[in-house]
Amino acid sequence: MPNETVKLAQVYKSFGELEVLKGIDLTVNSGETVVMLGSSGSGKSTLLRCINFMETPTAGHIYLHGDRVGAEKSGKIYYRESELCKLRSKIGMVFQHFNLFPHMTVLQNVMEGQITVLKRGKSESIQKAQAQLERVGLLDKADEYPSRLSGGQKQRVAIARALAMDPEVMLFDEVTSALDPELVGEVLKTMRQLAEDGMTMVIVTHELGFAYHVANRVLFLDDGVILEQGVPHDILKHPKTQRMREFLEGHSLFKLPE
Amino acid sequence: MSACEQHRNIDMYEWDFIAVFSDIDLLALGLLNTLKVTSLALLFGIPLGLMLAVSRLSRFKPLSFSASFIIEFFRTTPPLVQLFWFFFALPILIDIRMTPLIASVLTFSIQSSAFFAEIFRGGIQSIDKGQWEGAKAIGMNYWQSMRRIILPQAVKRMIPAFMERSIELLKTTTLVSTVAYTDLMYQANDLAQKTFRPLEVYTVVAVMYFILIFVFSQVSLLIEHRLARSGESTVR
Ligand SMILES: Nc1ncnc2c1ncn2[C@@H]1O[C@H](COP(=O)(O)OP(=O)(O)O)[C@@H](O)[C@H]1O
Ligand SMILES: [Mg+2]
Repeated sequence: MPNETVKLAQVYKSFGELEVLKGIDLTVNSGETVVMLGSSGSGKSTLLRCINFMETPTAGHIYLHGDRVGAEKSGKIYYRESELCKLRSKIGMVFQHFNLFPHMTVLQNVMEGQITVLKRGKSESIQKAQAQLERVGLLDKADEYPSRLSGGQKQRVAIARALAMDPEVMLFDEVTSALDPELVGEVLKTMRQLAEDGMTMVIVTHELGFAYHVANRVLFLDDGVILEQGVPHDILKHPKTQRMREFLEGHSLFKLPE
Repeated sequence: MSACEQHRNIDMYEWDFIAVFSDIDLLALGLLNTLKVTSLALLFGIPLGLMLAVSRLSRFKPLSFSASFIIEFFRTTPPLVQLFWFFFALPILIDIRMTPLIASVLTFSIQSSAFFAEIFRGGIQSIDKGQWEGAKAIGMNYWQSMRRIILPQAVKRMIPAFMERSIELLKTTTLVSTVAYTDLMYQANDLAQKTFRPLEVYTVVAVMYFILIFVFSQVSLLIEHRLARSGESTVR
C-alpha cells in the first residue's frame, strides 16, 4: 500500500458533451516509469492533467500515497483550491512547450516555486536550484535568460524547475515533440537518468525506443480507455489488439531491437 | 479690406511678457496643482484599474458584468459631465463637504481607472496561456501566478499605452478649472483677465504644457528602449 504513489479509480472526464476519459483505473508504484502511448486525441494529455488536477475529473477518485484527493459530501466530491495547489506542488509536470518564465533567469525559474509556494529561504532555494541544474547539466546557464537557450536546454531547465519542488511523481507530456530532432536525445537522456535514480514518472511520448528501453510498464490509451498494458517487450512486440498494431505500424521509423 | 486691417493689427501688436513673468509664481502654483491632481489620479487610478481589469476577467459573472459596466460607463461619458456630477450632484445624494480638489481627484481617478483597466486587461490577456499553466503546475494559486508571473510580463507590454494614457490624463485635467480648482488653466484664465494679456498668458501656458508633456514622453521612450534592450524583455 505505501508503495502506491498514484492511484486513479474509475476516472471520467468530459468537456461539455465530449467524453474524453471513460473510466480509467491506473496505479503507479513508487520508482516506476510508466510510458503512455496513444494516437492524437485519445486523451493522453487529459489523463496526465487529471493526475495533478490541471483538469478536474468529472467523476472518480485520485489518490496520492493512499490519500484520496477532495472531500466527499452526499455523493459529490468537492475540491478546495488550497488543497489542489498543495497537491500540484508535490507533483512535477513538464510540458511540450516548456512554459518557462521569460522574465526570470534560469536560476530564478528554478527557485520560483520553492520561494513562492514552499516558502523556502533564499539560500536554501539557491542551493536546491543549483543542485537540480547540475543534475540536468545546465549549471553554467544559471544566469542566462530562457530566450538565450536552445529548445533542449529549455526543456531541461523545465525539468529542473519541477525537480526542485521535490516531487513525489513527475508527469511528462510529449516533452520532446516540439524539439528539433538533434535536441531530442539530450532530453531523453536526462529523463532516463531520472528513471535510473528511482524517480516515479508517467511519460507521454511517441519515442517508442525510449519506451522500450526505459519504461517498466507501457500503457496504450485508445479513445479514453486503457486498451492494453504490460512490460514494454510484450506490448510493443506482441500487441494483442488491432488498434495497437495499427498504432505501431504508424510509427514505421521505429525499429525494435531484435 | 478687413483682412488687410487685421494684418496690420497683428503687425502692430506689441508682445509684452513682463506682466506674465512678474506673476509667474501664480502659474507655477497652477502647474504644481495640475501635477498634484494628475499624480493623485494616477495613484488611485492605477490600482483601481487593476482591480476593475481582474474583476472583468473573472469567471464570476455578476462581478465581471459590474466591472464591464463601470468601465464602459466611464469611458463613454464626457469627463466634464462626470466632473460636474461629482462636484454638484454627489453632495445632494450623500452628506459630504465637496471641494474642487476632492471632486477632481475622484473624477479623474475613476475615469482614468476605466481606461487603465482596459490596458491591464489587454496586457494580461496577451500573455501566453502556457505561463498560467507553468505557474499552476508548480502549485501557485491565482494571485501568486498573477503577481509573480503574469503581471511582471504584462506590465512591460503595457508601458507605451500607459504613458500615452497618463499624458491624455494630464491634458484632460484642464477641465478642473471649471469647478474652480486652481490648476494651471485656472491660474492662466485668472492672469489673463487681470493683465489683459491673454495672448502672452496662453502662449506661456501652452509652452509650459508642451515642455511638461514633451519631457514626460521622452522619459517614457527612454524607459521603453531600456526594456526592449534588456535580455529579459518579453515585448512582442
Ligand atoms: N480544455 C478542453 N476543452 C475541450 N476539449 C478538450 C480540452 N482539452 C482536450 N480536449 C479534447 O479532448 C480530446 C483529447 O485531448 P487530449 O487529452 O489532448 O488528447 P491527446 O493528448 O491524446 O492528443 C480531444 O478531442 C481534445 O480536442
Ligand atoms: Mg496531448
